[in-house]
Amino acid sequence: MSNHAQPRPINSPFWTPGVFVMLAFMAAAAPFILARYIKGLGFVTNLTDIYPWGLWIGVDVASGVALAAGGFTTAALAHIFGRHHYEAVTRPALLTAMLGYTFVAVGLFVDIGRSWAIWKPAIFWQPNSVLFEVAMCVMIYLTVLYIEFFPIVAERFRGRFPMVDSLDKIINKLMWVFIILGVVLSCMHQSGLGSLMLIAPTKLHPLWYTPILPLLFLTSAISLGYPMVVVETIIATSSLKLDREMDVLGPLTRITLLLLGIYGGLKIGDMLVRGTYVYLWDGSAQSFAFMTEMLLGVIIPWCMLWIPKVRKTPGLLFTAAAMVVGGVVLNRINVFIVGYQPPFAQHSYYPAIGEILVTVGLVATIMFLYRLAVTFLPVLSARRKEA
Amino acid sequence: MNISRRFFMKTSAVAVGGAVSAKAGTAKAESRSRAPADPFGCLVDLTQCVGCRKCEQACNEVNHLPEPKVAFDDSRVLDCKRRPDQNAFTVVNRYYPGKKDEQNRLIPAYAKIQCMHCQDPACVSACIVGALTKQENGAVIYDKSKCIGCRYCMVACPFGIPAYEYDQPFTPEVRKCTYCFERISKEGGKPGCASVCPVEAITFGKRDTVLALAKDKIKKDPGRYINKVYGEEEVGGASWMYISEHPFEKLGFLTLPKKPLPTLPETIQHTMFKFLWAPITLFAALAGGMWVFNRRQMTGEDISEERGADNE
Ligand code: SF4
Ligand code: SF4
Ligand code: SF4
Repeated sequence: MSNHAQPRPINSPFWTPGVFVMLAFMAAAAPFILARYIKGLGFVTNLTDIYPWGLWIGVDVASGVALAAGGFTTAALAHIFGRHHYEAVTRPALLTAMLGYTFVAVGLFVDIGRSWAIWKPAIFWQPNSVLFEVAMCVMIYLTVLYIEFFPIVAERFRGRFPMVDSLDKIINKLMWVFIILGVVLSCMHQSGLGSLMLIAPTKLHPLWYTPILPLLFLTSAISLGYPMVVVETIIATSSLKLDREMDVLGPLTRITLLLLGIYGGLKIGDMLVRGTYVYLWDGSAQSFAFMTEMLLGVIIPWCMLWIPKVRKTPGLLFTAAAMVVGGVVLNRINVFIVGYQPPFAQHSYYPAIGEILVTVGLVATIMFLYRLAVTFLPVLSARRKEA
Repeated sequence: MNISRRFFMKTSAVAVGGAVSAKAGTAKAESRSRAPADPFGCLVDLTQCVGCRKCEQACNEVNHLPEPKVAFDDSRVLDCKRRPDQNAFTVVNRYYPGKKDEQNRLIPAYAKIQCMHCQDPACVSACIVGALTKQENGAVIYDKSKCIGCRYCMVACPFGIPAYEYDQPFTPEVRKCTYCFERISKEGGKPGCASVCPVEAITFGKRDTVLALAKDKIKKDPGRYINKVYGEEEVGGASWMYISEHPFEKLGFLTLPKKPLPTLPETIQHTMFKFLWAPITLFAALAGGMWVFNRRQMTGEDISEERGADNE
């Protein structure tokens, strides 16, 4: 604990070349978003009646929700299970989760046909719908994330606005409720996201369609949490020239060994029980995608993380963690796009250039805002590297 | 290491507990069918259909759909397989299932397709806001004032029926056959297609009645029909049913499970969220854990342990 300074604004110059690159990506996405609101979804996407969901649902929404899992998994570890040693990474993970979910909402706003009606599920309840459950949890969780983040903003402006200070006091008293609520809501909607495809047994490829899809989504989200923290911390600390915090990250990934092991075990066990390994060797795009997901995303990084040297070397640790993250993203893409094989399809879906640029633009915006937040708010607590 | 181990056990207990209870739920409290008791039904006798497309034309007029690019009496459209879309709620396709006439020419068979108005519709179960509803008279209808355009109904429909107005920037609608809801709500009213068919290939009536008629026809003339009523059991049954002399797979019909598709997701959902027991239990367990772990932490008991674990 003594290795860490208090979280504080990093006070480095904001306008670096990297920030301009992000701005360029954001600018590239803008015309396509505009076009979507002038000419309709069909104009900028390759979506059809047969393929109603594409890249924006598979990546912006489904993967975005999974990648934000660092927020609730670190909160659980540090605040609920009392491992205060890990508090150094809870704030950046919380920030990522908050930005991630905000952009899940933005992504949905662009993707749904009637953006102006996005609030309607709050009024017209349809509790049989899995999507309704997911939407409600995400909406409430987003609010909880903003509340959890409030004290960090308040800390920055302490003593300047009496209103903010007293609100901060109330929130801090109730913080335990929000922290637990955040974990509960996350478990609910992470698994709910997996239940979405259960309604389409004839469309989702058997390598992915299983009744335990919700459990697989939950366990993969939980095992992804710490690797995601590793990835973002190593990126942030290297680009901001801060200490790598290996003393926190190394032990974190030891926990991942068990979590990822459970996920991998469930996944392989499920394949054996349902006998879907017969599809592994049929040479289809789906078999290839499934093998890539399992090998590069689960098995290889899991084996890597057993080696102590990997857990202690930033480069290797980053590689292993990034593979886990990539594996879960690929899993979401597989479930929502690659494995989605509807009848009557003349050719398969491939995202249009507009869809790709909007997704890249949204990711760039998240990174831009992350950079902005850590520059001016007390989020990171790593020490500056001795020059 | 101790604490982390305890943490793992907790987490996995919660995950496994959730799975087990979902399984247990499947066994006992399977979600019930919400099919209406006495809906209308349509029986299409494919052996009678001559592919005249009058049903398409009637549908177009009744629903005030835009004029088609190719006229309804132009049979060239039958050369390729079409799907219902935002401007055509029903389409007729032509197949050559293999039978030949005396001159050795393949005999065509025609099949009219539209929304099946399933008894337990996946689209209705999926819709996030309840914009799609199954009516007492059997129709599955759409309320655009609720729809948010998420297109989950399209993902869910096993028949690939709902179409979408991808060219509308702000007010796109989900478009599909309405079963002529307004017309059949009136005494003696029939769907446009059923009332116009020149050879009476389509019989409209109570579902039970037309289903009995279908079985009767098959029984009386087993040489003419294969022994199957398509739509009787597919995904829990539908309001549209078909009889044919050719196997249905040869006429573009999908082979589907008998169980209604909403059963599995709704059972899991309802088991997990009945009285919110799962989230409440998880909340309580976490709150308990938080209290235990943090009190220990505060007495300093764990600090050495933690150090030991992290330095190893
Ligand atoms: S055919 Fe499709 S759209 Fe029609 S009721 Fe069934 S699930 Fe809904
Ligand atoms: S697109 Fe409209 S009708 Fe279809 S599921 Fe979404 S809200 Fe319901
Ligand atoms: S109107 Fe009757 S005969 Fe003509 S295509 Fe339609 S169902 Fe067949």
